[in-house]
Amino acid sequence: MTELSVTPGPHVPAPRLGEVVLEVRDLVKYFPITRGVVFKRKIGEVKAVDKVSLQLRRGETLGVVGESGCGKSTLAKLLVGLETPTSGDIAVQGQNLSKLSSRALTRARRNIQMVFQDPYTSLNPRMTVGDIVGEPFAIHPEVAPARDRRRRVQELLDLVGLNPDHINRYPHQFSGGQRQRIGIARSLALKPEILICDEPVSALDVSIQAQVVNLLEELQNELGLAYIFIAHDLSVVRHISDRVAVMYLGKLVEIGQDTDIYDHPTHPYTQALLSAVPVPDPTLRGHRDQIVLEGDVPSPANPPSGCRFRTRCWKAQEVCAIDVPALTVRPGSNHPSACHFAEERDVVHAVE
Amino acid sequence: MRADARPTAATKGRHRHHSRLADVNPNATLLDVRDLKVEFRTRYGVSKAVNGVSFSLEAGETLAILGESGCGKSVTAQAIMGILDTPPGYVTGGQVLYRGVDLLRLASEERRKSRANLIAMIFQDALSALNPVFTVGFQLGELFRVHRGMSRSDGRKKAIELLDLVKIPAARQRVTDFPHQFSGGMRQRVMIAMALALDPDVLIADEPTTALDVTVQAQVMNLLAELQRERNMGMILITHDMGVVADVAEKISVMYAGKIVERAGVHEIYASPAHPYTKALLESIPRVDMKGHELSVIKGLPPALSNLPPGCNFAPRCRFARDRCRHDVPPLYQLGSEYGRVDATGTLRGSACHYWEEVVAR
Repeated sequence: MTELSVTPGPHVPAPRLGEVVLEVRDLVKYFPITRGVVFKRKIGEVKAVDKVSLQLRRGETLGVVGESGCGKSTLAKLLVGLETPTSGDIAVQGQNLSKLSSRALTRARRNIQMVFQDPYTSLNPRMTVGDIVGEPFAIHPEVAPARDRRRRVQELLDLVGLNPDHINRYPHQFSGGQRQRIGIARSLALKPEILICDEPVSALDVSIQAQVVNLLEELQNELGLAYIFIAHDLSVVRHISDRVAVMYLGKLVEIGQDTDIYDHPTHPYTQALLSAVPVPDPTLRGHRDQIVLEGDVPSPANPPSGCRFRTRCWKAQEVCAIDVPALTVRPGSNHPSACHFAEERDVVHAVE
Repeated sequence: MRADARPTAATKGRHRHHSRLADVNPNATLLDVRDLKVEFRTRYGVSKAVNGVSFSLEAGETLAILGESGCGKSVTAQAIMGILDTPPGYVTGGQVLYRGVDLLRLASEERRKSRANLIAMIFQDALSALNPVFTVGFQLGELFRVHRGMSRSDGRKKAIELLDLVKIPAARQRVTDFPHQFSGGMRQRVMIAMALALDPDVLIADEPTTALDVTVQAQVMNLLAELQRERNMGMILITHDMGVVADVAEKISVMYAGKIVERAGVHEIYASPAHPYTKALLESIPRVDMKGHELSVIKGLPPALSNLPPGCNFAPRCRFARDRCRHDVPPLYQLGSEYGRVDATGTLRGSACHYWEEVVAR
């Protein structure tokens, strides 16, 4: 088995929590664009995830934010093995997944599970809740002996705040929030240490969202789970995350502690994203530093040269079209930012 | 299927005659919705989706209707527009007064003219609201051909003007593109262009930015605000996003289970909500100073509209609820003027809670 060294480089803030449970290094996923029906020729690539590196520690929540099409869901799929990376390494507790035998890989995957976005389509309507939550045991039979499974499923339902007696019901008999709890119970069946949550509350109403966010936090405290929490709702991400990573067109543009990102953002994209979030406080109307970006996100099949954000950036200069800015700590700030002209700007609070 | 809200048994007896658009009184309130009731009759029973909703709107004003999914906010909009699916949906009572004329009692031909000319609507999902097999130019031009009797080439010229108006780059080239060739934000702009084509006085925006990313949402909301200001339109913004509401609305009506539970000006409602539901909604938004704490939640679920609880609909989930709430239906109580007024006409704030004084004081 190959071990990845876990020396905290400049990308990583000082260790605050437990040991590293997940390390991603230079992860790349290109989807081929083909032409032709019988003889497929590759005519290009969609660069969905391009050299993403990050670390996750035990009990920590890393929020990943970005707009649709920035590659955050592809990143999630790569991490749980639903997609094969084009290159790069994913190490779960020191085990490099790309170097494992298929049997060892199956075993290693138990440790990293996923909660999906849409609780209406991610549960099979023809299976009972018991079958849905117990299905991981069928794939990994050594985790729980067959006679024990029903009891384990009931424990899991209880853990996520559902009535264990509802084990024989079908998904349509539950509300959206309850369905998401079923999805969470399923992801916890194999006692993973890492949970990848891909927009777990986006499909839910505000009042139900809070219930699910609270549940995730309780579970984290009880079970010491590490989360990668992917969402586009920046206020939910801020609430739940210890660290936050910002993605744009397949690349990480800024990463740091939640306070670094929200109070001291240095990348222009982070600043624009934060300033665009409507704040539920009418007294701030017209008193905020709102940056409205021009245009749309460019196509990841043909990303701009150099810095990928330069086509929408108000700071862009010649160098941005030539040099790809590295994600490193820039002068005047304490966290990594991928901008040649990184500079702090307060966009969240009121300005005079 | 004819989408018109047909006069039902309840309304037929009272009003034998149709109202006419010729009777429009320019001095009357732009849009005055009174005690609107809509129900859906299905095999499984009757769902009361809208149970007596009233509000008014003046030119240049923005009213936000705030609520969670299933509270009846979109059905209210559909009833006002006259695009309710009938059956199963029926308007069973109330009036929609446009400058004094009840739109619900218009003859179907006049009702059709009212759409897009007087009241227009923007839908949430532009991709499914636009026709995928026609170019956007054709669809925009259609409004002028049908409503104004213009020729194809004149309609096309108008379409280009409109695309320019909503700031779509290279409008002259893009007019021949199909909806799928536009990005999400651009598609929403096309729909805004379509809604504004015939210069309506009232614009209903039903979750106009919910499907969009935040940076694009900011562009679209700014565009809407600008166009509204230029044309002095009244706008009804239907949304569940309390951030968007705080940015653009002047007054807010909060809906729960088919009823308006609170009515207030935007500043007052965020500073001192007077209904437990509004208060709980505001508290469940994650806030910076709440980090590390549990988010406050509204326990339970919204009630099924086919089986509403007796008394106050919110009582089973309410932390202020007492015995009285479980059998007495609360009317929309008017708050004293010391709690602020809703709009320039001096409407008082309203709260459908027996104990609003307790709620607002905390």
